[in-house]
Amino acid sequence: MTRFTPWLFVAALATVPLWMNDYYYLHVLITTGIFIIAAMSLNLLLGYTGQLSLGHVAFFGIGAYTSALVSLGFKVHIAPDTVVSLSPKPVWFAILCAIVVTGIVGYSIGKLSFRVRGAYFVIVSISFAEVVRLVALNWLELTQGPMALNSIPALTLGFGDYTISFLRKPQFFYLMLVMAVVSYLIVARLVNSRAGRAMIALRENESLAMSVGIDVTRYLVLATVVSAAIAGMAGALYTHYIRIVDPNIFLFIYTVTMVIMVVTGGKGTLAGPIVGGVVFGIVPEVLRGMKIVPEVQWIVYGVLMIAIVYFLPEGIVPAVQRALASGRRAFAGLTILTESKAEEK
Amino acid sequence: MTGDADIVLSIENVAVRFGGLLAISDMTFSVREGQIVGLIGPNGAGKTTAFNVITGFLRQANGEVLYRSTSLRGLKPHEIAKLGLVRTFQRTSVFQERSVFHNVLTALHCQGRSRLWDILLRTPREAASERALAEQASNILRFVGLTHRTDEPAGALPYGEQRLVGVALALAVKPSMLLLDEPVSGMNPAETARFIGLVEKIRDSGVTILLVEHDMKMVMGVCDNIVVLNYGRIIAEGPPAEIQKNPEVIRAYLGEGKKKRA
Amino acid sequence: MNQLLQHLLNAVILGGTYALLGIGLTLIFGIMRVVNFTHGELYAFGAYCMYALVMRLGFDFFASLLLAVALGALVGAVIELVLLSRLRRADIDTTMLVMIGAWIIMQNAEQLIWSGVALSITSPFPSNPLVLGPASVSWTRVYVFVVALLLIAGTYFLINRTKLGKAMRATFQDRDTAALMGIRIDRIHTATFAIGSSLAAAAGALLGPVFVVQPTMGDLAAAKAFAVVILGGMGSVPGATIGGFVLAFAEELGAGYISSGYRDAMGFVLIILILLVRPTGLFARKERIG
Repeated sequence: MTRFTPWLFVAALATVPLWMNDYYYLHVLITTGIFIIAAMSLNLLLGYTGQLSLGHVAFFGIGAYTSALVSLGFKVHIAPDTVVSLSPKPVWFAILCAIVVTGIVGYSIGKLSFRVRGAYFVIVSISFAEVVRLVALNWLELTQGPMALNSIPALTLGFGDYTISFLRKPQFFYLMLVMAVVSYLIVARLVNSRAGRAMIALRENESLAMSVGIDVTRYLVLATVVSAAIAGMAGALYTHYIRIVDPNIFLFIYTVTMVIMVVTGGKGTLAGPIVGGVVFGIVPEVLRGMKIVPEVQWIVYGVLMIAIVYFLPEGIVPAVQRALASGRRAFAGLTILTESKAEEK
Repeated sequence: MTGDADIVLSIENVAVRFGGLLAISDMTFSVREGQIVGLIGPNGAGKTTAFNVITGFLRQANGEVLYRSTSLRGLKPHEIAKLGLVRTFQRTSVFQERSVFHNVLTALHCQGRSRLWDILLRTPREAASERALAEQASNILRFVGLTHRTDEPAGALPYGEQRLVGVALALAVKPSMLLLDEPVSGMNPAETARFIGLVEKIRDSGVTILLVEHDMKMVMGVCDNIVVLNYGRIIAEGPPAEIQKNPEVIRAYLGEGKKKRA
Repeated sequence: MNQLLQHLLNAVILGGTYALLGIGLTLIFGIMRVVNFTHGELYAFGAYCMYALVMRLGFDFFASLLLAVALGALVGAVIELVLLSRLRRADIDTTMLVMIGAWIIMQNAEQLIWSGVALSITSPFPSNPLVLGPASVSWTRVYVFVVALLLIAGTYFLINRTKLGKAMRATFQDRDTAALMGIRIDRIHTATFAIGSSLAAAAGALLGPVFVVQPTMGDLAAAKAFAVVILGGMGSVPGATIGGFVLAFAEELGAGYISSGYRDAMGFVLIILILLVRPTGLFARKERIG
């Protein structure tokens, strides 16, 4: 039963565009879904490997900008006489570039950043994201800065007469769903493998992990690369959905949103980011329905986050798992009781 | 007779600075193939520090640590483990939240190889590799006598059994030399006796052993050779019978300036 | 050359406030090991206090400064007692998340109360700048510099000459031994957080009249405070002092000679460079173990 529930869930989601006529809600689902993909990638680094990377939005944004720039083409002077230019490429290629580039950035950052640990690492990760934001803001020739890159093309796949364009919301919803499932499977397979055990070991007890032959740096970097690549892919999806990208995509508040999703959902669990994403994707809509201003909305987020950290420190999913487990035990006890009573008769 | 080829671990004039102090000033001793050697000394003598420097967790300020003639200078702990020199820990010796089985499976890391592609596509090769590791884990648990605890969280076990898990973890790395850090602390006499049996079983399977312990009875009973550390230097080395009678050792344990009865 | 002098002068003035921000944070970071995300909000709080007291209630400029600092200490103490005291034994992630939550709440509360409009505080100083040869500086900034130095000196006195300061230093060096010697660690934590917050509020109250007051002003201030702490080494007050001036110089000279757009990036770039080259900071004496 439990093996198929995730697939049932996906199947149920797949029916949504068939009956949801309000494009606004479809839009909310799509953007929440993209954020959930980013949150799943953060979960790999923060939840499973135990590294407090607070610069994650940088990977998301770099993926977004890379895909946008490759699909739009660009021309920059990296030195007074040297020009680097690229003509516009098909969107599917741009997205692949985004994944690769973000992965490479993740590799470099990982190799450098993990020379420091603990609170210092947190600060380095935030600083890195901020530097990237400031570069995006100031390198006008490449990114147009605050004036944004717009008219970003949508993804089209196919040959000749058989092309699908992922321009409109229903089609994009399916694209998002597929990529979300793929991301989930990547993370799930990784954490249940030997590499995953190494990452979890790092989180649990680094010295012990070293003593059994686990190369700490190697697995920290691996987690970072995979995490970055998936986040970059989410960013690329986002950019070809919204079709405009500006430096605000690098704002720290987006990292915070992803962190909230992962932590409140349950870090180190596969379902955690999804539950957290749903809660923090739906809650603002509910609040908006109640005509509450964004500031109050964010205050509610803050209070919610603190409350969950205090009362459900492991997150929602582990708390539910424990409740179910004790429920099952109680049920089993009850069954034995009633069976023995039946025997007595 | 026994030449230098017999020496598995050689510590030569090692000095270690730790927190501004010279924790170990000049340590020299060696361990031969197939021996069980005990490293003893009063509290604060530097025994765990010695383990830490031998296995790469601390850098030596001076001297050489040679494992089978390979210098360990500058090597990281995981590299040293891969050479076959594996240690256990005195405290937090297990992955608390994980099951005993998962603990050993994790420690079997070096016995597997996985490529990202195999993992992501769940290839038959990967599945076979995982099955092989699972089997090895079961074997190790049987060897140390913990099969009945397979699925329990390691942190929930009684302290004595946690030490056994720690040993299982070390064995998973397929060591040719094992460094046991206070392995029987927290064990009752029955468990200690069983552990001595395990140590001898390990030695008989071809593993050289160096252990740090406070339980003198256990040490004198199981070790071929004993090395005594005090104030960062070795003050005596020899078989148990000699060490027990060595006046310097006795003085080290009882302390200087013990008043003579008038 | 004249430009250089102006930059240097600006840097000196700015350095004082950066040092103030940094000292507050390094105390909190060093003694409590908390990544204090609310530090920037206390800075903003100080500025908003000044605005409310001076512009809305008509209080005296200088008295308002003292009041803002005192209120900053109070808010800091409240945050520590309400949120952090229960997390003493929690891991760093948990504390960090709570601090992020507090930061979100504070900043949005400010936005709610004052709206996002940039507010300005009129200072009682003459608007003609003080001219020192080829360079000039406004009187307000001179006042800011002088008060910052006074506060820094005051902090030094507190840390090195008072009983509380001694207890704080002991807690920083070895928490367990300090507890064994009878030091009330929980009180030290509250005091540290209050003092650190009051210094941040002071920096905000001082700079409020110089720049404009708006809800997001704390974010950049926090970032710079972190840069200063890392430059100087966690827990080192002299390090934070020197670090504050180093950052100010890097910013001024960088903005002047490289590009003003990247001025704010200076702090972050410095953080990254320092941490990668010399992870314990330029001046930290405490060694890393293992």
